[in-house]
Amino acid sequence: MNNNKVVQWIDTRLPIFTFMRHALKEYPTPKNLNFLWNTGSLAGITLLIMIITGITLAMHYCPDPEDAFQSVERIMRDVNYGWLIRYIHMNGASFFFVLVYIHIFRGMYYGSYKSPRELLWILGVVIFLMMMATAFMGYVLPWGQMSFWGAKVITNLFSAIPIVGDTIVHWLLGGPTVGAPTLNRFFALHYLLPFGIVAIVCLHMVALHQFGSNNPSGVDPKHPSEQIPFHPYYTVKDLLGLSIYLFVFAFVVFFAPNFFGEPENYNPANSMVTPVHIVPEWYFLPFYAILRSIPSKLGGVMGMFGAVFVLFLLPWLDRSRVRSATFRPLYRPLFWVFVLNSIVLGWIGSQPPEGIYLIIGRGATAYYFFHFFVLLPLLSVIEKPLPVPDSITLYLDQKKRAV
Amino acid sequence: MYWWLALVFIVLNFSVRAEDGRTPIPQHWSFKTPLGTFDKKELQRGFQVYKEVCAACHGINQLRFRELEKIGFTKDQVKALAASYTVKEEEDADEEERPGRPGDRVPSPFSSEKKAREANWGAYPVDLSLITKGRGQGPDYLYALLTGYEPCPKDVTLFEGRSYNPYFQGGQISMPPPLIDNIITYHDGTLATIPQMARDVTAFLSWVAEPELENRHEMGVKVLLFLLVLTGLFYGVYQALWKLVR
Repeated sequence: MNNNKVVQWIDTRLPIFTFMRHALKEYPTPKNLNFLWNTGSLAGITLLIMIITGITLAMHYCPDPEDAFQSVERIMRDVNYGWLIRYIHMNGASFFFVLVYIHIFRGMYYGSYKSPRELLWILGVVIFLMMMATAFMGYVLPWGQMSFWGAKVITNLFSAIPIVGDTIVHWLLGGPTVGAPTLNRFFALHYLLPFGIVAIVCLHMVALHQFGSNNPSGVDPKHPSEQIPFHPYYTVKDLLGLSIYLFVFAFVVFFAPNFFGEPENYNPANSMVTPVHIVPEWYFLPFYAILRSIPSKLGGVMGMFGAVFVLFLLPWLDRSRVRSATFRPLYRPLFWVFVLNSIVLGWIGSQPPEGIYLIIGRGATAYYFFHFFVLLPLLSVIEKPLPVPDSITLYLDQKKRAV
Repeated sequence: MYWWLALVFIVLNFSVRAEDGRTPIPQHWSFKTPLGTFDKKELQRGFQVYKEVCAACHGINQLRFRELEKIGFTKDQVKALAASYTVKEEEDADEEERPGRPGDRVPSPFSSEKKAREANWGAYPVDLSLITKGRGQGPDYLYALLTGYEPCPKDVTLFEGRSYNPYFQGGQISMPPPLIDNIITYHDGTLATIPQMARDVTAFLSWVAEPELENRHEMGVKVLLFLLVLTGLFYGVYQALWKLVR
């Protein structure tokens, strides 16, 4: 307990210091987490960076079709360090998705979604969905050609819904087509949603701290010696990860700030000129590929949303009781096939939907769902896992001997 | 270094597609490398090309006159230059025109897209402020376009008022070849060949598109050095601390 009288006085009445000590200092954490476990804290920090730069940009941005593009250029040219703030925000979105994709794949590899962490996983998928909505609306704000036409293509998807489709599109856009009301509401929601994400992140943390972090062995810690206090061990490890991450982030921001961007979006929105290729940001490409692979509008939309929503079902599709892929001889290669398949989908999403690309896209789309709905349930039955060590200590011994 | 970077970009960047026009040949630009800077002499010549050739149809509306001081023009030169234009206050359409001031944006040759199209047989000469950011391989593309006019191949039928340029999307461009050898006389005595003018104006427009570039590169080096040292420190602390665990 802290000796400071003021701290004691406050803590008796409002135990925030006790809470912080439990959550950030004493919080027992498996000692064998690898660097993939840095992605969570890094994603959290990126969320903060996005909110801080975002609020600053909002002080100068003007959500009006007449002035939106101009106001972004004013930020780039006339606002002090405006270019820096905007490039951080713009690339921060890409880095956020890089981290979250690694975070999700890590969860899949080590079975972090399995009992008792199902809700932790589900909250994560909710965060992912909210991020996608936020990123999509944010991309519309600079009101460049790709902003405008991207908004048009994506909102138009909802017209595929039978009977009420057109009404929903009208309601989303606030008018018959993408225009001033659309831009205004997208700005309002783009400002609002990140705070919703913060709230869900807090729940994600509560769920995490209930059973603690999973670890590369997938075995629960059985003995106090297998756990170490979060501070100073993981705070220092997270700081090391953070400075490496910021190095890469800064390299892109300062030396290749438009690397992830589409040049077309530096041309002001023009409803009379359709760009030759309409492509979403890279982080949406796999889902865009699925959308275009299915030869029916409604089917494509369902496939695209289904590809995200299937993640909610993952804890119940994979019935294998072994968590870590390390001990699953069949799942492990199939996991990498799934990763590769997702990358192929991303590449297909950037190509025109014709000829060989369409064929590959259809195969990859089919495989994506095949993985979830056929392979995973099947593996749970037919796979013979390797012997799982009884404790993290035995796992580490085993690993040492293997080396 | 530059070639290596270009290769990495093409391999890594999913969204790089073969543009519909012919792929521009990568050129060497002083500002493209991570530590790159602009060549002020080149930018000044480029501004002259813009002013005496491009400005007949294209604007650079994002640029304010006073920013030209950053590429080596004196305060008085900028003042005189601004005064040689007539401008209208942006907010007040009824106001009388007045001579430009250094704080004004460079006025565009046409007041609206509609007027621009009327004067150019339906074609719209775009504002060039962001042209090198708004096209794939920006500076290379612009240079290739300006130097890439060719006689029309026999199997292509040109529409009326179009010129053949394989680097342009679709190959048929409404802009007639804008540069002719010696169409301008450089103040610094440089020979005004087509490739020379194309280079200079491309460099100038790259600066107009990214006036923060030199600042950005300079700050970037400092930030990366700082983070490098910080990473080294954290690595040391990490190793020392985790020895206890292992």
